[in-house]
Amino acid sequence: MDTLIQQIVSGLATGGIYGSVALALVMIYQATDVVNYAQGEMAMFSTYLAWTLLNAGLPYWVAFVATLAIAFVGGVLLERILIRPVENAPVLTIVIVCIGLLVILNSVAGWIYSYIQKPFPSPFPSKPIRVGNIYFGAHDLGALAVTLLVLAGLYVFFRFTTLGLAMRAAAQNPVSSRLCGIRVGWMLALGWGLAALVGAVAGMMVAPIVFLDPNMMAGILIYAFASATLGGFTSPGGAVLGGLIVGVIENLVGTYVKFIGTELKLTVALALILIVLVVRPSGLFGRAAVHRV
Amino acid sequence: MPRAWTVGLTVAALAIALVLPFTLSNFRLFQFSQVFIYAIALLGLNILTGFNGQISLGHGAFYAVGAYTTAIMIDQWSVPYGWTIPVAGVTCLVVGFLFGIPAVRLEGLYLALATFALALAVPQILKYFEHWTGGSQGIVLSKPNPPWGLPINPDQWLYFLCLALLVALFVLAANLLHGRTGRAIVAIRDNAIAAQAMGVHTALYKSLVFGVSAAYTGVAGALSAVTIAYVAPDSFDVFRSITFLVGIVIGGLASISGAIFGALFIQFVPNWAQDISKAAPWAIYGVFLIGFMYVMPRGIAGSLRLAAARWLRRRAEPVASATGSRR
Repeated sequence: MDTLIQQIVSGLATGGIYGSVALALVMIYQATDVVNYAQGEMAMFSTYLAWTLLNAGLPYWVAFVATLAIAFVGGVLLERILIRPVENAPVLTIVIVCIGLLVILNSVAGWIYSYIQKPFPSPFPSKPIRVGNIYFGAHDLGALAVTLLVLAGLYVFFRFTTLGLAMRAAAQNPVSSRLCGIRVGWMLALGWGLAALVGAVAGMMVAPIVFLDPNMMAGILIYAFASATLGGFTSPGGAVLGGLIVGVIENLVGTYVKFIGTELKLTVALALILIVLVVRPSGLFGRAAVHRV
Repeated sequence: MPRAWTVGLTVAALAIALVLPFTLSNFRLFQFSQVFIYAIALLGLNILTGFNGQISLGHGAFYAVGAYTTAIMIDQWSVPYGWTIPVAGVTCLVVGFLFGIPAVRLEGLYLALATFALALAVPQILKYFEHWTGGSQGIVLSKPNPPWGLPINPDQWLYFLCLALLVALFVLAANLLHGRTGRAIVAIRDNAIAAQAMGVHTALYKSLVFGVSAAYTGVAGALSAVTIAYVAPDSFDVFRSITFLVGIVIGGLASISGAIFGALFIQFVPNWAQDISKAAPWAIYGVFLIGFMYVMPRGIAGSLRLAAARWLRRRAEPVASATGSRR
């Protein structure tokens, strides 16, 4: 029983990270109908920047905030420079551009920082927290708290500010929004900036667990895909919840289903994606896409 | 381009390909065998993505299935390698067709996502079935000798084998794509609903195209296992699938000859770039991917065709105005 609870809690912690990457994917998808394959590599690159700042001697939280700012600006620039020219192109073109961005970020990170794994510090104490007979990793709980805080912040931003409202409007109905005086192009760029920021948080929270290396996000990205698919690509809340569910499933399956263990982790995500796409393509909380013919 | 040109260029290319093995070193020959193998795989992916409009980011998976089918058959049951290649093709046809059935329900982005997940999961699956696949050690094979006492060395024999299969498969694909079936395949890409209204069985076609495409890539995988004489899970990671995508984008989407240009690119450019840095080939791939999408969306083959058409028109114009046949 204790093992079960412990596995669920650490599942929730990694699930929070999947959830935030999934949220970043969903934000970009909703705003621009693009699934950003480079999301994981953007997060990885931001984490390397944070590592550089930390090595330069900045205190953790200063480096944290600075990285978020850089990631935001970087995300906005990427949208302006790379995505805007192909905004109205066929899906294949956009997928290829995103894949191009993925390999560029991956190789540039490898070029600058080498492919050797680096440890990344956690801002939380290393001593586990004890509740009854159960030990929780302080980093797990801290990561979960930071993730939830970011989500709450985003919720408040989108729900209660004029800018957030404008961004939602631009995503939902670009033509009418433009007629109301919203600068739709810039709203999309802001969406990319915010997604990059959320990704950076996820990267910094996961790096102490998986270590920093240019390929660290590949596995996380596929789980984020699974989370977004499960929750529904049209539902931000669903994506986060999907992430938490996927995190818990991953941990429980890894612990209790012997023949899967940790060796077939990615295959579990693949199976999950296929099952959801076949049984309920719009996900648990998403709207079914309706096309006018 | 006039038909005579196409025929002339094809014959010239074939003539060069037949002379090459007697002038190049064995290592260069091996590289060109790789080019032919890549060209087969790229043609397979191009049938699916370029002609049929179904995005696959996971064709490395079918390449792996083909390679491992061959390797396991040779290693475990000592089947002669010649028989394993068609078996690999048929295995991939079936696997691709089965994967194509759920894929039919997925549009553009979702299909790309599912295949991307497939590409990421492949190395793990290969390592898991250690008993068959040799785990992360892989399977070591031996290079086959030329049959029937032919007076050539093994590298030359493999070169000719790959070339023969390449030509056969290209002729097959050209016949498939230029006929009634090919028009249906392209129609599904351009407007699935209209195609359905015209009586094209969209779902069946899509899964069949998936199967055929996988079979091509599987044959290529089988050939790569035979020529390299070694298979290992880590050579079939997600970057293998991305390499194929790079190949068809650079060569030319929806172009049969584009597969050759793409194959030459993915074989030789990384070799040159490797001298700069270990990461450089991928940086170059990325820049080329994005750059081609912006300035040459039809790839090398498309641009060459455009250039040829333009040149022909320019030559034809003075004649046309002299006789006054225009206007």
